[in-house]
Amino acid sequence: MSLINRVVNPKFLRSALPAASFVILLTAIFYLQPRAMSYFGLNLMLQYAVPIALATIAQMFILTVNDLDLSIGPFVGLTASIGATLLADDPALGVLALVACIAAYGALGALVHWRNLPSIVVTLGMSFVWLGIAVLILPTPGGTAPAWIKALMGLKTPWVPFPIIAAAVIAVVVHIVLMRSSYGATLRGAGGNPRAIERAGWSLLKIKIVMYSAAGFFGVLAGLSLIGLTSAADAHIADRYTLYSIAGVILGGGEFVGGRVSPAGAVIGALTLTLTGSFLIFLKISPDWQIGAQGAILIIVLALRALIKRREA
Amino acid sequence: MTAIAKSIFKQRWIWSYLGMIAVWLATVTFTGGKGGAEIITAALSFATFTVIVGIGQMFVITTGPGNVDLSIPATIALSGAVAMKLMGGDNSMLLIGIAASLACGLAVGLFNYMLIRILRIPPIIATLSSSFLVLSTAISYGRGLKVKPPQLLADFTTMQIMHVPVLAIFVVALAAFMAVVLNRTIYGRSVSAIGQNMRAAALAGINVERIRFRTYVMSAVLASICGFLLAGFSGGASLNMGEEYLLASIAVVVIGGTSVAGGQGNVAGIWGAAIFMFLLVTMLNTFGTSAGIRLIMTGLIIVAIITIAGGDKPQR
Repeated sequence: MSLINRVVNPKFLRSALPAASFVILLTAIFYLQPRAMSYFGLNLMLQYAVPIALATIAQMFILTVNDLDLSIGPFVGLTASIGATLLADDPALGVLALVACIAAYGALGALVHWRNLPSIVVTLGMSFVWLGIAVLILPTPGGTAPAWIKALMGLKTPWVPFPIIAAAVIAVVVHIVLMRSSYGATLRGAGGNPRAIERAGWSLLKIKIVMYSAAGFFGVLAGLSLIGLTSAADAHIADRYTLYSIAGVILGGGEFVGGRVSPAGAVIGALTLTLTGSFLIFLKISPDWQIGAQGAILIIVLALRALIKRREA
Repeated sequence: MTAIAKSIFKQRWIWSYLGMIAVWLATVTFTGGKGGAEIITAALSFATFTVIVGIGQMFVITTGPGNVDLSIPATIALSGAVAMKLMGGDNSMLLIGIAASLACGLAVGLFNYMLIRILRIPPIIATLSSSFLVLSTAISYGRGLKVKPPQLLADFTTMQIMHVPVLAIFVVALAAFMAVVLNRTIYGRSVSAIGQNMRAAALAGINVERIRFRTYVMSAVLASICGFLLAGFSGGASLNMGEEYLLASIAVVVIGGTSVAGGQGNVAGIWGAAIFMFLLVTMLNTFGTSAGIRLIMTGLIIVAIITIAGGDKPQR
């Protein structure tokens, strides 16, 4: 009896929703194409989950403080371009450029806080800046990813495919820092009740800088892991990542405001999003509908959540 | 005299016109006075489309924080593709094309609002997810689409009277009408009231949901009109023709002096901002800058303008 109660408890349903949608989608794929149920199959289907998960985590940091980043896609494109050119040719210069990218993100956080600016407009403007710099660095698609990144991304781990292990590591690390540490609670609190956090003596400015820098850091990781898979870069390589990252956070149970986020959920959301592509291929649906299907899944999950919320109330 | 000047400079929209003039002067000085008039004609032609979607976006943004329509580019693509394919370049199908295009806008607007209302999700996410679906529909419907617009439509959208694009004249009239709607009608005043304080507006007896519904439908319908005209103007619909209007629609609203926090709209500034944006790219082109620099400058100027204008203090 108590078990049933616990299962139909809205709070439990809510937190189980991301994992459930992932499992349902995976089961559907296995049903359609049993051969996908293998080390090789999973590896192939989830390859791109690593950069998408990293970009999703970046977006999650911004959403935690009630902002939205519409520039993460072009930013990942920029870091990928730097990775495939500067970092490969002159590692010291490459690292310096990537650090500058993270610092720029931190500065944006400061700017947004200082002038009380709407993050949508600022990041939309910055998306052009990132794209412009990427085009200057890499006018035509090309470059080569550093060998060590390629080796890392192509790692053949025993038993469990690398993308799954990498996703788990990302989820656990971010979970510990953001959900289990005391400063993590403060960071999330800045999204929930900024005024209370400020009155308790924390600097909101510093929190914004920390969160934006963290987003920049994960954006860099996303760009580098992406070129590890593609081995070359293009300024437009990650344009869709803005949408992916927002959808990933929301699929993973993150709320838009209030600092209510879930790193593990976000990573699962990114995995779900990656799987939709394979799902459509196995259903023999034209790739034209890929983004449409992602939109549909987003809407379905949000509808389920609205249902659960109604019971919560 | 100074009192007049002061009251003019208090208007936030004036800055978009000053920027517009400054950029034009810089360009003309650089070219030594050549092409000054042609640049204005081109600016009027291209700004027209930005203004159409900008007006819709302005009403949406004015309804308060968190309200923004991200489905405009997808709606433009869908409306253009559907209308062009239905008309098949035939003048006699023009009315059917217009009707189909408006129906697209109406459908997207209804769907957007339904998501916002029923799922109770923030408008940004609602319009974003619906734009995925709309764009997919457009891609799937318009695959391999190479239909020329009917001659009448192409002529109308490119017609000029004394170097002034006819379409621009119509859209100036539309803007004037919308300014009256915003400032002098119950609907327009309600939009501003909701943006200033939704709770107070609701307590004052404004039907908040009805106003929001109308606003999202209007934005989508304006986007579909833009898609229809843009397809006629550019000799056919293309699936990515709406892309640039995501940033542009938001940017012209912000640069045009509308408060991003909502509650304070402005129509006049949209025209100034749209022309400013076009002239800016033209100026960078005449200076011979590369595509990368152009992108960087466009982005930085938008960020600079929003920084100077500043965000508004939350009204709570």
